[in-house]
Amino acid sequence: MQRRLHADQPDHFAFTAANRAWAEAQIKKYPDGRQASAVIPLLWRAQEQEGWLTRPAIEAVAEMLDMAYMRVLEVASFYFMFQLQPVGKIAHIQICGTTSCMICGAEDLVAVCQEVIAPKAHQISADGNFSWEEVECLGACANAPMAQIGKDYFEDLTADKLRGLLSDLAAGKVPQAGPQNGRFAAEPAGGITSLTEFVNAKIKLNASVQLAEDIGDSVKRIDGTEVPLLTPWIDKAANGAANSGKTPPKAAVRGKPANAQKPSAKATADKTGVTKAQAQASSKAKPPSKRNPVGEATVAPGKKPRTMKAPRKAGADDLKLIKGVGPKLETILNTLGFWHFDQIAKWGDDEVAWVDQNLEGFKGRVSRDNWVDQAKLLASGGETEFSARAKKGES
Amino acid sequence: MLQDKDRIFTNIYGMHDRTLKGAQMRGHWDGTDKIIKKGRDWIIDQMKSSGLRGRGGAGFPTGLKWSFMPKESDGRPSYLVVNADESEPGTCKDREIMRHDPHTLIEGCLIASFAMQANACYIYIRGEYIREKEALQAAIDEAYDAGLVGKNAAKSGWDFDIYLHHGAGAYICGEETALLESLEGKKGMPRMKPPFPAGAGLYGCPTTVNNVESIAVVPTILRRGPEWFAGFGRPNNAGTKLFAISGHVNNPCVVEEEMSISFEELIEKHCGGIRGGWDNLKAVIPGGSSVPCVRGEHMKDAIMDFDYLRGELGSGLGTAAVIVMDESTDIIKAIWRLSKFYKHESCGQCTPCREGTGWMMRVMDRLVRGEAEVEEIDMLFDVTKQVEGHTICALGDAAAWPIQGLIKNFRDEIEDRIRHKRSPSPTRVAAE
Repeated sequence: MQRRLHADQPDHFAFTAANRAWAEAQIKKYPDGRQASAVIPLLWRAQEQEGWLTRPAIEAVAEMLDMAYMRVLEVASFYFMFQLQPVGKIAHIQICGTTSCMICGAEDLVAVCQEVIAPKAHQISADGNFSWEEVECLGACANAPMAQIGKDYFEDLTADKLRGLLSDLAAGKVPQAGPQNGRFAAEPAGGITSLTEFVNAKIKLNASVQLAEDIGDSVKRIDGTEVPLLTPWIDKAANGAANSGKTPPKAAVRGKPANAQKPSAKATADKTGVTKAQAQASSKAKPPSKRNPVGEATVAPGKKPRTMKAPRKAGADDLKLIKGVGPKLETILNTLGFWHFDQIAKWGDDEVAWVDQNLEGFKGRVSRDNWVDQAKLLASGGETEFSARAKKGES
Repeated sequence: MLQDKDRIFTNIYGMHDRTLKGAQMRGHWDGTDKIIKKGRDWIIDQMKSSGLRGRGGAGFPTGLKWSFMPKESDGRPSYLVVNADESEPGTCKDREIMRHDPHTLIEGCLIASFAMQANACYIYIRGEYIREKEALQAAIDEAYDAGLVGKNAAKSGWDFDIYLHHGAGAYICGEETALLESLEGKKGMPRMKPPFPAGAGLYGCPTTVNNVESIAVVPTILRRGPEWFAGFGRPNNAGTKLFAISGHVNNPCVVEEEMSISFEELIEKHCGGIRGGWDNLKAVIPGGSSVPCVRGEHMKDAIMDFDYLRGELGSGLGTAAVIVMDESTDIIKAIWRLSKFYKHESCGQCTPCREGTGWMMRVMDRLVRGEAEVEEIDMLFDVTKQVEGHTICALGDAAAWPIQGLIKNFRDEIEDRIRHKRSPSPTRVAAE
């Protein structure tokens, strides 16, 4: 089955701080150098956060795990739980259609979805609230027919009950998960035929439903704060972090924010709004994308512009007033022999190409952030929106 | 019928206290350290003499499997990997263990890991089981807090870590080497064997992959003795077993029973009988989607164990997931749906399976509508034989067997449908 990335992709993905902490803890379940093992859990968490799996999310996970983009894309397209296209705002309904459910009436449930949501699987309903698909056996066959809605199983369904669930959800309610015919779990509906001594009348809900009720995140996009992060495999592990681990896996270190007080997702984004994940793309396996045009300038060698050995007597201009230039880039520019706005303002296409090519670690920034036009304005004593804000100290 | 005192999973419905305290009240985690202190060889011998056969479908003797693990490490760590990727259509037994009786599994993991000298165990649960994953992780957290796993687990002197990992909806990851690939962060495509996982498995290290139920019964077997376990069922089919009965019975359910129980007793005692009575029984798939179906009249007296179902009925016990179909069922369509399942789940690595499953599904599709030639039935049978046994893993076989079972048992029905479609024969009706 061909599964492709969706045509419309968002520009950006970042884990929320809590989800990122969660993800970094998951990586420690695996031995050193085996952080790729965490790819499915991380992709899944990205999907839980966003509702579906986007290309930036796939790339971000690849960066966290030090994997080639292609390897992560392979995983994302191989496993069917990854939704590679947007899903309904409220919920994505998954009807189990395999034999046990089919002979118990799953086709009627599909018909309800076609009627109420959309005629075809993966289509989003007109109001944007729902989408649906028929999935293969969900492993609740003694409670057939059933559907998974968000995180929860709704079992022992009928067409009318499913209709009711959908209208409840549309009205903003979260119906109780589990068997919909009054059963407790997978015991015989006519009453238990074994284990009669092992009944505690105080327990009203089976384990799955109890968790759904306690956490209350059935159809919610989760940000990681729903449940406290428990990591006994780190805190109480017998063998240190993942068996041999004296040091935590490399990826976990790399993934850590430079400034621990800030959420890492923001900390890695510099003033240009470019995340570390995007800026780091440099190997052959991590080619530039539309949003990540690093390396585009490599085609044109360009022409070296005129440079100066030192700033004019009046002193160097504050090149940081150009949007996209930070302290690091300013130093590089100074080293190359650029001190003033008017120098930059004079660059033609060839010169821009040369500078783009020679900004070690920041290749392509000149053209992407359009320095020349900014410099023209600043050289003539004008202000750009960014420089005005920068002067006020906002950014 | 099995007595409650002889049931291993005493909280399979989750109606009793599901916490660690509850599990201890029901006798779990009792004397775990003493079991471990008896040593690796003792544990493996006991498991061998209990006659436990793997509960994941293939029925390979569990004790024997453990004995393949290297006795002395060559520097590589050993791993236990628990296959909780329960996705065989009809099967829903491990789910009940993991959400309602998780401590049986965790204790089993500790003992089994010790027996194969593994300090780490990964449980690979299917991705759709989100609440089950949460329930199991909560139980693992409890066990860590109580010192039952972790350093010096349960005061046994054995250091043991247990990690829960999940998949993302691929049936093929229930195949042990595909599961290992997936656990390493790759597509779940089965590996060639040899090398077998006991030689080079997870991360190239010695690994044993066991089903959830196989591991979860271990502590009770060791506590009560192999003779007790072997006392249930016929020889070579020992023990108790979780049966998952779905489809057209009055009360579908999951229930623990002794092996070699008769099908009739199983259905009458626990499921309230066949919907519409025994005369209304059309067909049964006795062991999950991968085994051939059996005609209803042959099932009533059937003995539910590995040897009878394979030997006498040409089917299999598989995961003991019993799918019951009454006379209202379109059996051709029911099997077509399984063909669609296997087409969807084929990983695409081996050509006979990748192309064959699609081909078989398309022919089945026409058989459902009767738009075929009678000769095509034989051709379809022939194609299933060409897929079977010509792939790296058993998914190709599993896709072939249900169709073979259909043709063997319900050929008349397929032919009838084709004939009905081709010649409504108005002349004959007029002549009568």
